[in-house]
Amino acid sequence: MFRQSTLKSALIVFTLFFGAYLTLPTVLGPQVVRTLSAYLPSFMVPKGSVKLGLDLQGGVHVMLEVDRAGLNRDLVRQLQEDVRRVLRNERVAPTGGIVAQNRGVAVRILDADGRRRVLPKLQELAQPISNAILGQTGQRNLEVVDQGDGLVTLTITDAEINDKIGRAVNQSIEIFRKRLDPEGVKEPVIQRQGLDRIVVQMPGASNSKDITDVLQPGKLEFRMVAEPGAPAAEIEQLPSVDDGGQPLAVERRVLVRGEDLISAEPGFDQRTSEPVVNFRFNVRGAQAFAAATTANVGKPFAIILDNRIISAPRIISPITQGQGQISGRFTVEAANRLAILLRSGALPASFTLVEERTVGPGLGRDSIEAAKLASTVSAVAIIAFSIATYGIFGVIALVALVANVMLIFALMSALGSTLTLPGIAGIVLTVAMAVDSNVLIYERIREEQAAGRGAALALDAGFTRALATILDANITTFLAGAILYLVGTGAIKGFAVTLCLGIVTTIFTAFTLTRIMVAAWYRWFKPKVVPI
Amino acid sequence: MKLLRLVPDDTKFGFMRFRSWSFPFSAFASIVSVVAFLWLGMNVGIDFKGGTVVELQAKSERADIAQIRERATNLNLGDVEVQEFGGPRDVLLRVGLQDGGDKAQAEVVVKLRQAFESAYEFRKVEVVGPRVSQELVQNGTIGVLLAIVTILIYLWFRYEWQFAVGAVIATMHDLVLVIGFYAVTQIQFDQTSIAAILTVIGYSLNDTVVVYDRVRELLRKYKKIKLFELLDLSMNSTLPRTVITSVTTILALIALSILGGDAIWGFCIALLFGVLVGTYSSIFVAAPILIYLGVRVGEGVGAEKAGDKTAPAPAR
Repeated sequence: MFRQSTLKSALIVFTLFFGAYLTLPTVLGPQVVRTLSAYLPSFMVPKGSVKLGLDLQGGVHVMLEVDRAGLNRDLVRQLQEDVRRVLRNERVAPTGGIVAQNRGVAVRILDADGRRRVLPKLQELAQPISNAILGQTGQRNLEVVDQGDGLVTLTITDAEINDKIGRAVNQSIEIFRKRLDPEGVKEPVIQRQGLDRIVVQMPGASNSKDITDVLQPGKLEFRMVAEPGAPAAEIEQLPSVDDGGQPLAVERRVLVRGEDLISAEPGFDQRTSEPVVNFRFNVRGAQAFAAATTANVGKPFAIILDNRIISAPRIISPITQGQGQISGRFTVEAANRLAILLRSGALPASFTLVEERTVGPGLGRDSIEAAKLASTVSAVAIIAFSIATYGIFGVIALVALVANVMLIFALMSALGSTLTLPGIAGIVLTVAMAVDSNVLIYERIREEQAAGRGAALALDAGFTRALATILDANITTFLAGAILYLVGTGAIKGFAVTLCLGIVTTIFTAFTLTRIMVAAWYRWFKPKVVPI
Repeated sequence: MKLLRLVPDDTKFGFMRFRSWSFPFSAFASIVSVVAFLWLGMNVGIDFKGGTVVELQAKSERADIAQIRERATNLNLGDVEVQEFGGPRDVLLRVGLQDGGDKAQAEVVVKLRQAFESAYEFRKVEVVGPRVSQELVQNGTIGVLLAIVTILIYLWFRYEWQFAVGAVIATMHDLVLVIGFYAVTQIQFDQTSIAAILTVIGYSLNDTVVVYDRVRELLRKYKKIKLFELLDLSMNSTLPRTVITSVTTILALIALSILGGDAIWGFCIALLFGVLVGTYSSIFVAAPILIYLGVRVGEGVGAEKAGDKTAPAPAR
């Protein structure tokens, strides 16, 4: 009975060894892997180890969402500028100005001749939206409609907003990475989620402020401070970064923008040794800045970050080398942060924090300890109970169980899955289900034996019949787990991963390993009666 | 070696006779659950209603609850719940959803940190915004429904419709009772509770499937036996397995719930309850209900699938 082909058995043993090999980095730690890689060719060294979730190792998880309304506002403002430019070029004056609306702008041009000249130019503002994947999508960014009575409306389409949000998210992910991990050593996870969200996970961090600090857009502008008597339409009042600072009137026109910076480094002022940020412009920025400073010697200009004035120094002499310094009573830390912010470029949109889950290092450590203790105790309880109930067959069940858990870790290493606290609960549940598969087999063997079959027949029938039941029972649970994985987030996903992997390994060990061991036992002892 | 037998061999319990009290009992428990759910409601966590939860640990020997409460109230965050929890150094702060959307929501933690960071370690911070919580509710509900439907379709393909319907009723029974358990105990209902519910469903179905497999097998084997006798026979022959597996699972869950820490305590307690209910429902709900669903002995229910894996296969 039970003649397994040698090849099959070899394959099973190989799978187990391969599984054990994959778990090496997790069990032994990265140190050993490094030592191994010195002696072995690189393809033979297992690399992935099971990563611990933030709930176990501590860290910050935040979900950020694009400020849709803000982005919409920016688009409307931009559109307003475009329309103003068109009207100016055609020398047409709108009646009642260019009115910003919820999703676009409206202009009233009562002069019929002017309207006829302007309309085609306004139509040209509507461009097809192209997409890197789909190419031309056939949709346009604007709808330009002549409403009659001289009223023309330009409405931003949904496709345009979604396109802009998608682009903003993709660009922001890169920028976040540069800002959060300038040296490239902290390995934060930064992923897009859905259309307009980004998930940032920072292992080891304990304060979400480290992350929200880099959320500010980082939009740097150089503008002239408004001179007395400037037209009201061309100036605006901006607050100071300092809480006590007075708001200041500055020109709307921007001399140079942050995107023309090629470097920004923290440093110290040579005279006052105050922390500052030294920057350098690219050619375009340098030229614009040189022209502006030459024309305005003696007048103050404003350095503005995210619509707040950092400082408003006076131009002492023209700056033609394209280099400069931002000072603003910074701390060393603040100067450093500003330099990173400027180097990484401005965010194309602003973001709001919509979810945060932070676990401090202390709690993470405690959770690991608790999980270890609980797993050990439940393992001991199950071991004692199995051996008490099934004797030698209990031992076989336990060997299968150990192999099972090892294979779960092997699969998790190979797939790069993360082990979380709910994940550990999933493994414990798997252990219970794996024991169940052995119980089903053994009880069936007992029944077959009680029905009068000899040892060999009872063993064989026990396995064959129980396996159908095991399969049925596990598939139902697997389906529940798979759905959990698909719709779940965070805690649920971690649980679903280990549950599903556990079911796969349970079926594997029940069908193969347990069978081989029982067959070996039978061949060795040739018993008349199965002691079960 | 004398082996432990929790269930003696050849038990002949008349399980089906119990249906005259198990059905009313189940109906009563279900009604209690529904009433508890409607009347008491769930202790819904921030996952599903939004808000902020902060776990603090005093850097000194004790946490000063009164002082924390006073300072938290001065922060103007609306309803702040301060709760002792774990040891004398640990405190849990719950802050409700803020007016003013996600931005105001994110500000809460900043304010709390300013107020408490000097004297307390922030062990855990959770912030869930209003829209994210709505999505979590939606995803959770869709997940549970989708899982149930998928499993049922599988069972329907694998068995005759009577068994699928029986499994649905038993599963719904367990689902209602577990929800009732959350309502009665007021254990916090959050994302992990959804995982707990689905696990209970999985376990309960697993158990039901094992019992049904045996019923189907015996239906093929015996043609001249009363249905309730056949069901009793099925229950008795699978009883050792049912008991041993439940005991193992419960042992593991007890260890986890006592030693596993606060983070998974609620989850494990709900599972413990669910395993008990799931085991009960397989024997006392799923099996006897087959009598009412028109399963007949000797009429070939199951016969059409004869020759599948459960038939004795030649020794390999």
